[in-house]
Amino acid sequence: MDLYQELILDHSKKPVNHGLREPFEGESHQVNPTCGDEVTLRVHLVGEGPEAVVEDVSYDSMGCSISVASASILAEELTGGTVAHARDTYEAMRAMLTSKGEDPGDEDVIGDGVALSGVAKYPARVKCALLSWAAFTDALYKAEGAQQ
Amino acid sequence: MAAAPFTDEELARLRADFPILSRTVRGGHPLVYLDSGATSHKPTVVLDAERHFYEHTNAAVHRGAHQLSEEGTDAYESARETIARFIGAQASEVVFTRNATEALNLVAYAFTNGAHGGGGGHGDRFALRPGDEVLVTEMEHHANLIPWQEACRRTGATLRWVPVTADGRLDLTDLDSLLTERTKVFAFTHVSNVLGTVNAVRELAERAHAVGALAVLDACQSVPHLPIDVTDLGVDLLAYSGHKMFGPLGVGVLWGRPELLDEMPVFLTGGSMIETVTMESATYAPVPQKFEAGVPVAAQAVGLAAACDYLTALGMDRVHAHEQMLTERLLRGLAERPWVTVLGPADLRERGGAVAFAVDGVHPHDVGQVLDDRGVEVRVGHHCAWPLHRTLRVPASTRASFAAYTTPGEVDALLEALDRVPAIFGTEVPA
Ligand SMILES: Cc1ncc(COP(=O)(O)O)c(C=O)c1O
Repeated sequence: MDLYQELILDHSKKPVNHGLREPFEGESHQVNPTCGDEVTLRVHLVGEGPEAVVEDVSYDSMGCSISVASASILAEELTGGTVAHARDTYEAMRAMLTSKGEDPGDEDVIGDGVALSGVAKYPARVKCALLSWAAFTDALYKAEGAQQ
Repeated sequence: MAAAPFTDEELARLRADFPILSRTVRGGHPLVYLDSGATSHKPTVVLDAERHFYEHTNAAVHRGAHQLSEEGTDAYESARETIARFIGAQASEVVFTRNATEALNLVAYAFTNGAHGGGGGHGDRFALRPGDEVLVTEMEHHANLIPWQEACRRTGATLRWVPVTADGRLDLTDLDSLLTERTKVFAFTHVSNVLGTVNAVRELAERAHAVGALAVLDACQSVPHLPIDVTDLGVDLLAYSGHKMFGPLGVGVLWGRPELLDEMPVFLTGGSMIETVTMESATYAPVPQKFEAGVPVAAQAVGLAAACDYLTALGMDRVHAHEQMLTERLLRGLAERPWVTVLGPADLRERGGAVAFAVDGVHPHDVGQVLDDRGVEVRVGHHCAWPLHRTLRVPASTRASFAAYTTPGEVDALLEALDRVPAIFGTEVPA
């Protein structure tokens, strides 16, 4: 099945930087009410504004291989980058996942995220793939609010 | 003699009545629909009955006096008779709702309105007050849980619940302390939509009555699958949905003992449910009209009556025998796969045609996706029974459920597709 690429299975079995850590400025808990999948995600920022660095993304994710792999890819792609980069990556991921398969994803922007492009053909699974990204944007919003 | 499952020839004929069953899915795979517990497919006779209503008699039932209105009212009321007969009831005891969810909300709201002396009810039976208790069970569908949570919140009554054992049965050990003279209503399911567990309705209803509580039954997973006679069950009120029993979407049933329906306050108000109206107040029509506010779901009721006739012609005892055969086949197949854990009772006699299971190390969403890839459509998730899954310590499960048109070959197709799962996710147990 092309949905379950090796890369996705690898990420889901050994999620990158899994676990909740301190310090953090923003935390978000998201649930997928249709299946009960859950993710708690924390963001630790250094600096302010778009050039602030996402120093750490830590998370606890319980769910299907797609939602766990997606959280792992998020941590891999966004940790160490700037907030501006994180937002661009999120936008590109969301565009790909909600494109119904039209947008194959750009590896230069979303890295391993392209492995999730197959998800876009299964509308019921898009929510699984977006869950941790929704948690990230919410945690980022809180982290930035905390800096004010 | 015990009823027999359908023969291959009978099944082939029966399946030809359901146009959707011949379609293919996911790149040409024949549809293997194992999600009838969520909603069943509809035979041509049901679709025709609905269409006939719209083409010949379409009218706002119980409103107006022209010929179409007369004929529409006739069609609607004779549908009520057929549907009542199907569950051993009288037509005047059958209330049409949009679905079981609305029927259960109707009852929960009646208990709330009763507390405030509203809704045109009388007597004290439908008044929930602080100090009163509502008893449910931990295996309820959200439709028979949340309306009661909200009714308790509105009235100050207390919600309590019967726990579920690890093997998916009601744990009745402490029932005496849960079901007391404080209990006004005991609401429980006949057959669990997740575990397939069949509850001892008669016994539970008697226990409720012994303390003066009303027994409310969620019959969503029993009326479509077993012969049901409301006079045998001993409950006071009973709710189910038409769409799970070959009927159209948008029609459900609340059955109640006539003297109770008469006492019970109304829920939705507006047109069609009144007797007299002034600017200050209104009085309400007799049962069942007082519970059917708004232009009624006549075409859907007519469709549901056709579904009842269809099921009656098949024979509900044979439908049940057929689904038991399928359940046994699936349970046997799953038992041969040590990496699968079945939720719910192992004993076939205690279960209906819904089988939920967990696959070691693989999330149900992923299991469902692999099955779907072969055209095998099952339900994944918590099946609107989140607290139950929490109790069973699984986040979600995969569920197969049956109807009269399900074939043994479809059960085998499920098992075959399931065998791909451990390989794809690398969870194979070393031989
Ligand atoms: C046991 C049970 N109760 C209640 C319901 C609610 O039915 P509906 O959604 O048709 O109102 C269902 C099905 O979804 C069910 O299986």
